[in-house]
Amino acid sequence: MDGVRFTLNGAAVTVTDATPQTTLLDWLRQSAHLTGTKEGCAEGDCGACTVALLDTEAPGGPTWRAINSCLVLLPQLHGQSIVTVEGLSGRREPLHPAQQIMVDKLGSQCGYCTPGVVMSLFEATYRKDLGRPWQLDDQLSGNLCRCTGYRPIREAAEAVAGTAPADGFARALQADASALPALRWVHDGAEAHVPTDFDHLFEVLAKHPDARLVAGATDVGLDVTKKGARFACMVSLHALPLRGIVRTAEGGWRIGATTRLSDLELAVQDDLPALARMLRFFGSRQIKNRGTVGGNLCNASPIGDLAPVLLALDATLVLRSAAGERRVGIDDFFLAYRKTALGVGEILAAVEIPPVPADARLSAYKVSKRREMDISAVACGLLVRVGADGLITHARFGFGGMAATPARAAAAEAAVIGQPFSAGTFAAAADASRQDFNPLSDHRGSAWYRATVASNLLKGFFHEVHSEAAPALADRPSGTLLTPSPATPHAEAAR
Amino acid sequence: MSGAPKPSPLHRSTEHESAVQHVTGRAMYTDDLAGPTGTLHAVPVVSPHAHARIVGRHKAKALALPGVVAVLFADSIPGHGDIGPIVQDEPLLARDEVFCVGHPVAVVLGETLEAARTGAAAVQVDYEPLPARLTIDAAIEAGTFHGKPHVIQRGDRDAAWARAAHTVEGEVRSPAQDHFYLETHASLVVPEDGGTWKVTCSTQHPSEVQREVASVLGVGAHRVVCEVPRMGGGFGGKESQSTPWACLAALGAWHTGRAVKIRLDRAQDMGWTGKRHPFLGRYKAGFDAQGVLLVFEAELFSNGGWSHDLSLPVLDRALFHLDNACYVPALRFEGRACNTHLPSNTAFRGFGGPQGILVIEDALNRLAERLGWDPAELRARNFYGDAPRDRTPYGQAVPAPRLLRTWDLLRASSEYAARRAAIEAFNASSPFVKRGIGVQFVKFGISFTKAVLNQAGALVLVYSDGTVQLNHGGTEMGQGLHTKMLTVCAHELGVPKDRVRVMTTATDKVPNTSATAASSGSDLNGAAVRDACVAVRERMKLVAAELLGAPGPDSVRFQDGRVFVEGAQEHCVDFAQVALECWLRQISLSATGFYRTPGIAYDEAKGQGTPFYYFAYGASVLEVELNGLTGEHRLLRADILHDVGDSLIPSIDRGQVEGAFLQGYGWLTCEECLWDADGRATTVGPSTYKVPAVGEAPLDFRVELLPEAAQEGVIHGSKAVGEPPFIHGIAAITALRHAIQGFGEGEVTLELPASPEHLLRAIEAQRGD
Ligand SMILES: Cc1cc2nc3c(=O)[nH]c(=O)nc-3n(C[C@H](O)[C@H](O)[C@H](O)COP(=O)(O)OP(=O)(O)OC[C@H]3O[C@@H](n4cnc5c(N)ncnc54)[C@H](O)[C@@H]3O)c2cc1C
Ligand code: FES
Ligand code: FES
Repeated sequence: MDGVRFTLNGAAVTVTDATPQTTLLDWLRQSAHLTGTKEGCAEGDCGACTVALLDTEAPGGPTWRAINSCLVLLPQLHGQSIVTVEGLSGRREPLHPAQQIMVDKLGSQCGYCTPGVVMSLFEATYRKDLGRPWQLDDQLSGNLCRCTGYRPIREAAEAVAGTAPADGFARALQADASALPALRWVHDGAEAHVPTDFDHLFEVLAKHPDARLVAGATDVGLDVTKKGARFACMVSLHALPLRGIVRTAEGGWRIGATTRLSDLELAVQDDLPALARMLRFFGSRQIKNRGTVGGNLCNASPIGDLAPVLLALDATLVLRSAAGERRVGIDDFFLAYRKTALGVGEILAAVEIPPVPADARLSAYKVSKRREMDISAVACGLLVRVGADGLITHARFGFGGMAATPARAAAAEAAVIGQPFSAGTFAAAADASRQDFNPLSDHRGSAWYRATVASNLLKGFFHEVHSEAAPALADRPSGTLLTPSPATPHAEAAR
Repeated sequence: MSGAPKPSPLHRSTEHESAVQHVTGRAMYTDDLAGPTGTLHAVPVVSPHAHARIVGRHKAKALALPGVVAVLFADSIPGHGDIGPIVQDEPLLARDEVFCVGHPVAVVLGETLEAARTGAAAVQVDYEPLPARLTIDAAIEAGTFHGKPHVIQRGDRDAAWARAAHTVEGEVRSPAQDHFYLETHASLVVPEDGGTWKVTCSTQHPSEVQREVASVLGVGAHRVVCEVPRMGGGFGGKESQSTPWACLAALGAWHTGRAVKIRLDRAQDMGWTGKRHPFLGRYKAGFDAQGVLLVFEAELFSNGGWSHDLSLPVLDRALFHLDNACYVPALRFEGRACNTHLPSNTAFRGFGGPQGILVIEDALNRLAERLGWDPAELRARNFYGDAPRDRTPYGQAVPAPRLLRTWDLLRASSEYAARRAAIEAFNASSPFVKRGIGVQFVKFGISFTKAVLNQAGALVLVYSDGTVQLNHGGTEMGQGLHTKMLTVCAHELGVPKDRVRVMTTATDKVPNTSATAASSGSDLNGAAVRDACVAVRERMKLVAAELLGAPGPDSVRFQDGRVFVEGAQEHCVDFAQVALECWLRQISLSATGFYRTPGIAYDEAKGQGTPFYYFAYGASVLEVELNGLTGEHRLLRADILHDVGDSLIPSIDRGQVEGAFLQGYGWLTCEECLWDADGRATTVGPSTYKVPAVGEAPLDFRVELLPEAAQEGVIHGSKAVGEPPFIHGIAAITALRHAIQGFGEGEVTLELPASPEHLLRAIEAQRGD
């Protein structure tokens, strides 16, 4: 089977004459001559390149997803269906509601961000889960606009969200997805594979131990667009049965490695607010629509945002190779800077989160220069268990941005165990945390800032969870910490 | 034709003229143009050093690569090798010395972008690094400046100091800011018949691109046409700095005889081109016991970068705005532009004005903090007023009541006093999170301060079917200029807007234009468009009067595509019929229009004159919430009342106010340009450089245009709007400082931009930890 086959604006396309690491954006603009989709950055951070992907495996049923075309590599499209801004309305047709509302609300000034904004609104039009006001911010978080100040764009989103007109795009969601056969594609000496079963996967990995696995490509794509990476062999995981979230009988979770971050965000909204809070400030909607749980962990960045929370939750990673499955505790997964316990020919198959004990107090924080779509200066997941006698029995404090790997704060944990659940205890933990880490200074924050914030978050954590075990985030918080009510009895904790 | 004709589209909200193209992706930007068959791609090879001598350059390896067509160095330039908007002091391609990171040394032409990129990477240039000055302080120490000092002074300062009850002395460092227009620099140069070069460019200044391309190619301006379809944002960043890239593409086209396309990717654009000038302001202010300013002395230093570019006029505007809304009786302002080894800093919305204003706001904030006064009150006490309190430092009269009226209205509608009290109560009981409220006033001078630039032209073409093509000298970058010009034209000719098409800006339609800058686009071009339309209309009136059997041409009216005699609307002919009749009678249906702003003159040696035609005003109140553990903050509510005169199109002006505010806010908060010790920008993409995203915009965002504000002598009573509302963003600093005071009394020390880290430092200092 030679060539990537996908659907573009309703028409079948086969691409044979391109290098496999060509991005969808470049292909659209240069080969398909569809220049409506714009490049603003080629790093997933501006949204000008947004297109929509028909996601047939979304948890709530098939839906349109806004994604960054600058971070999609061609093999990832195999068997998929894409709509670009040109596909929304023909010259003789009325504008799509997502377009018309942008005209009506004066949502465009220079117009360069507009096609991307329209595609984000397009996703919003068919979404059924846009119930909470902050979700509109989230829906638009991946689209930078330098002209408008966003007010009209936000109003446009509010107007179309969930309106789901009974049009061709709605009907496309009902259509049966016909699975394509696996792809084995060789072009110019570079191989690209889209396996549909594990035999094919492990066969390729056996032959090419250095094959680059690609899940959402929101990390791998940057290697291509920013560092000019070329892969002799690329394997896209999207057609393998690795996606999905299952509640276990004990009340825990099993999360497939290619589960999209936006799937996870929705699934844990009510039952695991600490993880939901972290996901709310994770990248942007477009990034979460592509980025996967497995990619975030296997990328093993010290500033990956899931790891601190999963450290606090004491997750277990399920690794799979031709030899079968094995389980590794998250404490043992990150070995060194960008190095994990994954062996050659081994992939991450799933993440298991045990049930959260009834006596746990749990929250998570992410601090960055800008709240949405930014990388953490400091991120953490904090969990303590408080016994009936009011003493802390367990503590797991996972931090990101503080060391070469995501790491636990051992001294801070030690400072609270066996101590009363009080402001004083957390003030001591805050002090102890300064022995735990020796963070770097970079453009996201100085060592002083990181150390101070890490320490302050421990104080703030107590303040936040002393009355509510696992608080959910307010609609538009002034920080990652909740605004304590002025009436709080714990005012002494302030200093 | 039945019913009354529709009223004029002037002063009515409407959609953007290109809105449908924008939302369908059919709007064409420079890089969307395919170019003719055989179009080559150009990629510059630039200096990785801030300052170095070139000791060798080698192209053989690059030329040997497949698809590489040519490698051009400085010696390939057929014409003049130096370019520049005012002073031609920029070697387009470095000869023996490079002066900043990103200084082009060569340009590589490839059959494909990939080939050109690979070729560029294979060009070897040998450097001998030289010492580099990167900062204002380094330039001050070395004594390296562009141009001469600019001084504005008046009054008896010694006497004023003797009377001063309070003095504030300080230093303000304003940050750089990247334009972050969504569309990066791009040009396409196509060789055309007869030795003509057609340059399509994303630029605010097509006439300058035309002039410099001609100069580099060694041909007359008549052999170069520059066209601007539209820009995906400009903000000043494409006023002078599109030119070098267009010239490099033209050079490539000259050598190969083929069309050449160039586009900087985001990292190149951010790493190689100039930004908003960072400023250092050192000041000393003296007040009487009531807080009324007696004397202000300030020295401003801007980081100009390696060439003049626009640094001197930017500095001028900073000096002209040091007073902002305050009358200062005795003063001395001096400004210098530092010569450093950074990409030359350039125009950016406000053009130095915001940097100047920040200085006086700092003095006012600190005095208010020290004495526990309301900063809004303190400012109002210092407003311009009746003579003699109506003269700016440079001697121009300020009609003051508009600012007072603006503040009176906004103070009431924003419930400023009650909210300030509520915030103080909230802060007293909230340990980690504090709120703050801040005001900002705007008095912004409108006109190019260089008088000659205040001119514009237009060309209107009426076809015999009654449709109209409108050409004017301004460029469209999202600000809605074309929408406004189309509306002015439709109004003057009395035709529905859909009969008018605003054409691509082109130097062969309207020559010798000024940059679309200084917020002057619609003032200047609007008047020129009116002039052109009136000329055609007057000719058409003569014919229409005959057709209608009118008593005389003066009684003929044009409205909504109909032509009729005043008071007898039902007896009308179609505009198209009149146009056709003109053609049949051999009467010209096209005309040029022209406008020059009267009365602008400034004597720099004396520091006195009238650099502005008028001032635009505004006031804003901003509320923030600040997290004391992390330094994060959020805008809770913004109230802005802004003076745009009698708005030509209120919906467009509101959009300008909102967008400018958020951009100004970003400048002082989340946006932070960083460089490494060798002068390389490290924030060269949106992954590291954070412009405001949707979450930064206040949810409660109340923008109003000042009512009953017609501006005499400006097109249909309107006022410029592009830059002035940027100043509202400064309210964030006053509001944040108020919140910081919630953590401890007294003067606040806050480094800019107010990033979470800088805020946390300020909070810790305030707490006395
Ligand atoms: C604009 C932008 C914003 C971002 N914001 C954030 C943020 O806020 N927080 C954050 O943590 N990250 C962020 N990221 C990084 C990235 O989105 C996440 O790390 C994401 O989860 C990666 O998932 P992916 O599926 O896209 O990974 P990919 O890019 O596909 O893969 C990442 C790495 O993991 C490997 N890999 C993937 N899946 C497996 C598997 N199942 N088994 C073995 N190896 C595997 C790949 O080979 C690759 O080396 C951002 C990225 C961008 C571009
Ligand atoms: S081009 Fe900026 S997100 Fe893709
Ligand atoms: S309209 Fe210009 S960037 Fe959004």
